[in-house]
Amino acid sequence: MSLESYTGNRGLVIEEPLIFEQGEAQRSGVDLPDVPDVPDRLGGLARKGNIGLPGLAEPECVRHYTRLSQKNFGIDTGFYPLGSCTMKHNPRLSEKAARLNGFANLHPLQPEATTQGALEAISLLGQWLMDLTGMSAVAMSPAAGAHGELCGLMAIRAALEDKGDARQIVLVPESAHGTNPATAALCGYQVVSIPANEKGRVDVAALKAKLDNKVAALMLTNPNTCGLFESEILEIASAVKAAGAYFYCDGANFNAIVGRVKVADLGIDAMHINLHKTFSTPHGGGGPGAGPVVLSERLKAFAPVPFVRQGKNGLELVEHCLGEAEKSFGRMKGFHGQFGVMIRALAYILSMGGNGLWQASSDAVLNANYLLARLSAELTPSFPGPCMHEALFDDRFLKDTGVTTLDFAKAMIDEGFHPMTMYFPLVVHGALLMEPTESESKQTLDIYVETLLSLAKKAKAGNAAEDFKAAPRMTPRRRLDETRAARSPVLRWKGEAVQ
Amino acid sequence: MRFLPLTDADRADMLKAVGAKSVDDLFCDVPAQARQSGALPLPKGLSEMEVERKLSAMAAKNMAASDVPCFLGAGAYRHHIPAAIDQLLTRGEFLTAYTPYQPEVSQGTLQYLFEFQTQVALITGMEVANASLYDGATACAEAALMAARVTKRAKVLMSGNVHPHYREVTATQAKFTHLEVEALAPDPFCIEDLMGRVDSQTACVVVQLPGFFGQLSDFSALASACQAEGALLVVAVTEPVALGAIKSPGEMGADIVIGDGASLGVGLNFGGPGLGLMAVKEKYVRQMPGRLIGETVDADGKRGWVLTLSTREQHIRREKATSNICTNSGLCALAFSMHMTFLGEAGFTKLAQLNHARAVQLAERLAQVKGVKLLSKTFFNEFAVQLSKPAAQVVDALAAKRILAGVPVSRLYPTWPEMENLMLIAVTETVTDEDMDALVSGLQEVLS
Repeated sequence: MSLESYTGNRGLVIEEPLIFEQGEAQRSGVDLPDVPDVPDRLGGLARKGNIGLPGLAEPECVRHYTRLSQKNFGIDTGFYPLGSCTMKHNPRLSEKAARLNGFANLHPLQPEATTQGALEAISLLGQWLMDLTGMSAVAMSPAAGAHGELCGLMAIRAALEDKGDARQIVLVPESAHGTNPATAALCGYQVVSIPANEKGRVDVAALKAKLDNKVAALMLTNPNTCGLFESEILEIASAVKAAGAYFYCDGANFNAIVGRVKVADLGIDAMHINLHKTFSTPHGGGGPGAGPVVLSERLKAFAPVPFVRQGKNGLELVEHCLGEAEKSFGRMKGFHGQFGVMIRALAYILSMGGNGLWQASSDAVLNANYLLARLSAELTPSFPGPCMHEALFDDRFLKDTGVTTLDFAKAMIDEGFHPMTMYFPLVVHGALLMEPTESESKQTLDIYVETLLSLAKKAKAGNAAEDFKAAPRMTPRRRLDETRAARSPVLRWKGEAVQ
Repeated sequence: MRFLPLTDADRADMLKAVGAKSVDDLFCDVPAQARQSGALPLPKGLSEMEVERKLSAMAAKNMAASDVPCFLGAGAYRHHIPAAIDQLLTRGEFLTAYTPYQPEVSQGTLQYLFEFQTQVALITGMEVANASLYDGATACAEAALMAARVTKRAKVLMSGNVHPHYREVTATQAKFTHLEVEALAPDPFCIEDLMGRVDSQTACVVVQLPGFFGQLSDFSALASACQAEGALLVVAVTEPVALGAIKSPGEMGADIVIGDGASLGVGLNFGGPGLGLMAVKEKYVRQMPGRLIGETVDADGKRGWVLTLSTREQHIRREKATSNICTNSGLCALAFSMHMTFLGEAGFTKLAQLNHARAVQLAERLAQVKGVKLLSKTFFNEFAVQLSKPAAQVVDALAAKRILAGVPVSRLYPTWPEMENLMLIAVTETVTDEDMDALVSGLQEVLS
């Protein structure tokens, strides 16, 4: 029986054209009051001619976006073990809290006396991030993880320059997220790569060989991108300090160690915390996130503006590099940071409490170790356990099967799972990096494990490569031609403008 | 704990499968001296009801701009958002997805971002737009860096009519790179000379439309001057609703348009998250920062969308990438795009005209108030006034009367005494006649 229908639709999977192919200029989904008839003050700059935007009535708009949503896989849809991304459940209470009138409808430049509740929220979240890490200060304005990295490195560079020390190099392990070297470059540094050892950790001897008085900082992800705790971190920290450099920790994987490890005791100078990972604010199809940075005592004075402080008439914002903020490296974001994201994180921490956060990191690590143990029956783990919050496999188990990591991942889609992170970290061949988080039940993990074991057996049995290469078959679209997209880029709709 | 599905029996079974005695054993790689001992210094977890009560009390300490007459702008504008938008935005398939790395199960995200890119390109009058940056201020710094890459020059000429946060973030970025920013003094009276300063060293000139102090300028001649010197013209837009009423930056010859899209769909949220916009001439696209969505076909020949030109990005190019940006403002881009779709051509242009007409009405009324002088000869929905008293005092006095009168320029430029009496007043479609009455009589009282 053919699966082709007259419309191209397949039951609930409905083809949906672009808005530009269905609208017309006169229609609108919004009714507005009449425009008062007054002479304009546009100084002859009034727009002439059409913009070319399509118009749709409200029911058409609602249907358009509902249909688009149905072509997406989210955490709400199913298991989303995307490594290094901490795709945990997003509580709806957090959404409700961020939409409270007194938070959502607050203008950033209202007099401070009218925004005391908002300043209290920022201050309380900041305090808790310091309490959770034992660090001395926190910068709340960075907008995402990479922006937090930039904040940390800018503070480090400002601190060094304050001492008249113009160091030029940042050391980055080769297993690092791409944002680390990109951030170092954006901060004007030259990047020197550090190899990993056979245990998936930083090669400390190689690191020490490169540490000298030209090195400004080490950027290290811990737990690292292999899902492992850097067990020699204290030795690394003291070597970095002895060389007169600073220690930046990429906290993308903080979810593994919340309540288990005191970051301050690791000798770290700065670490960003992804609120959209560890503190469960929604990933939103690629943001918005937030990347507050906790700082050591020696970087505190260089933190960016704005920040909240207690004044004589209540909480205040320090928005300029004056007075106590004289040494601040400056402003790195408009207004006061990702406030709406902060409220969501606050709601999450209030819900979890200290006890809940401790249990969450414990369950996240247990879930990952469970995957590592059970999947090792057919897949090839890159390093022996225990792991932290994510389990790393490589493609040795697919050797001579004709099936690649990519094929394997695409076959998972047909089974109703979002694939793991593929081909990252770069230190192992054909990486498959899985992060289950604490949100998943044992039942979900068991079904996932059984599915992956059966796929692995199928691949190893031979003659299955064609099948794998054809996957996914049941999605709204099958494999897309990325080469074609890049070779002749079509980055916008170019049809005839709506008249 | 309601977010955690594992039971103690599950945990025991799983530990057995792992071959560990306790979860503590799984943390054996953590040096003993760095292990947290004892309970966390945080309160105990709360029920949903209790959390809601606590946060509602905190929110209630704020004076919501929606509850009082509000005339605040200066880069953040309050607009009405159609009810359906928020309902659609919270659909889990949008809310709980991540960056569309797996296009077969992300066509929803990819298609709305492709539509977003097209909408941004259309309203700015540019050829292509990216899938968002963090906010307008960081987009401004990214534009300066991009212009430096394109021109292989370092000098950025920054107009005094650009939002101070955009100027500051760009200046911060410049401290750490080879960029050299020449920032002109804040320019409420529109007297600065940009054209005379463009030379063969200039990477770009950054201007704003409408200007920070409200005025509208045609940058066409400046664009030609830039072109003649091989420099790029960057136009910042902090209020995208203006683009429904005025000549687009693209028509004026802009090379890069950046801005913040939070006006549409996103809302105020105390200023964050914002929505960084960036649109450019197509010939510069390979120097652009941020995600880009492109059209292609799938294995069955059907049209679909993917992330594309990724060789610009950090996960491929690492230290040679055009930016370090990864997570951006995806959901805010959806909110913006939905609002644009709901409005359509007719709604968007009418919304812009309504904003402008209401601002003109208030400006005319305020011009009659003693102690208020209108500075902006032209404007869209925001204008600058000079008061007979320090603006911060006036604003505080009116806030005590539950009127959010405007933004005192001194809040953003505290070290410029000549700015002390200046105030920015924004009027959107959300302002009622009664709100205007309240402001006019409030100002009469405070300034008398």
